Amino acid sequence: MRILVMTKPVPDPAANAERLGPDLRLDRAASPTVVNGNDEYGLEAALQLVEAHGGEVAILTMAPTTGVETMRKALAMGAMRGVLVADDALAGADIPTTIRVLAAAAATQEFDLLLGGLDTSDGAGGAVTAGVAARLGLPLLSAAAKIEPDQAAGTVRVQRLSAKGYDLLEAPMPAVVSCTQALGTPRYPSLKGIMAARSRQITTLTLADLGADLAPAGGQWPSRVLGTLPPPSRAAGRLVTGAPADQAREIADYLAERRII
Amino acid sequence: MAATLLVVAEIADGHLTKLSAEIATFAAGLAAAGGGSAVGLVLDEAPQTGAQELAAYLPRVVSVASSALAGEVWAPHAAAEAHRLINEGVTHVLVGVTNDGRDVAGLLCGVLGWGILANASGASWEGDAIVVEATVLAGKTITRSIVDAPNAIVTVRAGAAEAAELPAPGAVETRAPADAPSVPAAAVLDRVAEAGAEVSLEEAKVVVVGGRGVGGAEGFGLVDELAALLGGVTGASRAAVDAGWIPYARQIGQTGKVVRPSLYLSLGVSGAMQHRAGMQGSQNVIAVNRDPDAPIAEIADLFVIGDLFEVGPALALELRARRGG
Repeated sequence: MRILVMTKPVPDPAANAERLGPDLRLDRAASPTVVNGNDEYGLEAALQLVEAHGGEVAILTMAPTTGVETMRKALAMGAMRGVLVADDALAGADIPTTIRVLAAAAATQEFDLLLGGLDTSDGAGGAVTAGVAARLGLPLLSAAAKIEPDQAAGTVRVQRLSAKGYDLLEAPMPAVVSCTQALGTPRYPSLKGIMAARSRQITTLTLADLGADLAPAGGQWPSRVLGTLPPPSRAAGRLVTGAPADQAREIADYLAERRII
Repeated sequence: MAATLLVVAEIADGHLTKLSAEIATFAAGLAAAGGGSAVGLVLDEAPQTGAQELAAYLPRVVSVASSALAGEVWAPHAAAEAHRLINEGVTHVLVGVTNDGRDVAGLLCGVLGWGILANASGASWEGDAIVVEATVLAGKTITRSIVDAPNAIVTVRAGAAEAAELPAPGAVETRAPADAPSVPAAAVLDRVAEAGAEVSLEEAKVVVVGGRGVGGAEGFGLVDELAALLGGVTGASRAAVDAGWIPYARQIGQTGKVVRPSLYLSLGVSGAMQHRAGMQGSQNVIAVNRDPDAPIAEIADLFVIGDLFEVGPALALELRARRGG
């Protein structure tokens, strides 16, 4: 079983420090970075599959060269090697470019399953994993809550989250799976894992290595942020203290005034 | 060249979803503002009812009945239908921020290379390019973003527009399915309904949410009771989901559902930024929390300081008394 997991370094949501820089791109220095949550669920699922079936988990990241630090965290969880696509020309890359680059990089690797997050906590476009599947011409099994490959049959089954529960999907491998939190809690890296990660190989590729000429014409991507607006402010709220029965009455009055009850 | 906006609509249980109706009105308004036109696509095993419903909001609807959907995932087929309409002149594709909608956006982006404007809550034109407003970075900022090109894909959030019917319904054009999708469609072997997942949090008018303070699966009995009394739906914070007290399908927040009910009532939810990203569009926010410093206080219209196991039952009693029973 060869599993390639796309892992994006994102601002740590727990640090609550993410912001846009003066160039209206994400200020990568403003916040500590972690592996994107949905990617990490995929990585955990991949590690468990390889523990059960044998094989290798590798990670694929498109990021500035500083992305290596975050990749080490994924390697410390147990991924065996990493591929980093880093190129100055990719700063501020838009979604279609990200898809093309990741697809081109994935195509240099051998895999049965290519996993990626359903979306990322910073960009939140939720299109990249599906786009890479389309670009590679591979089946997409999206919004996975469970991943069950059958190596003998050469197929994979995925429980896909639906409005009512889940749909059971099946496709031949190689296939692309987009991953969700429902896959289960990722492990913490062990001390042994952290030590081992230091010596695990990260191969860095540039656009030239991928034969992809993807830099934008005139140095400007067609997709960009023009400006920002403050989030809508809410009127100051009211504190409700006192005995529970009085508090309940005040809540009910509020609801009645607004015809909610 | 005038823009032609395509709304890729979604059908649930034979009917147009509320989000798709909103996107239809959103697209119709945007098309009118830019001197263009809007067309809807309904692709389903039995699209007739949904197509008629969509035609209430759009002047033209393409209805495609596909038997392949009985055993295959929807998104590659929807992308193929959208692609056919693109070949006939569609310049922009609008989908909902749902798993299916985002799959279609991603597949089309991978095939066509069009830019994506994600999570739109508003839109306008700059020349022949669409500019969208979207809430980003866990609700900290709203960005105005452009794809400076004559083509783009837009994913649209709930509440971007209020669905408004046209004076007269549009024309429904029935078509046979396009050729097989260019991206292979995974097989659907089974569709499994799970208890507790059958309600739509996104479309609920009242959402009652339990957090870490609820203390356990049993504690959600109180949350459920209040939800039932208010005609609402039970949701949960990530902490409660991670603890295994309630299924992931109920999670509200950045990595869960985004809700915009008329009432959001929380019990024991601290209100971290990631949670607020999923509920800050709520009209009325009432939060019950023991901790006077809980961050949810910053956005609550009523911040009730107290033990949820005292305030909650008292509220249930009060609601029962007011409804006369």
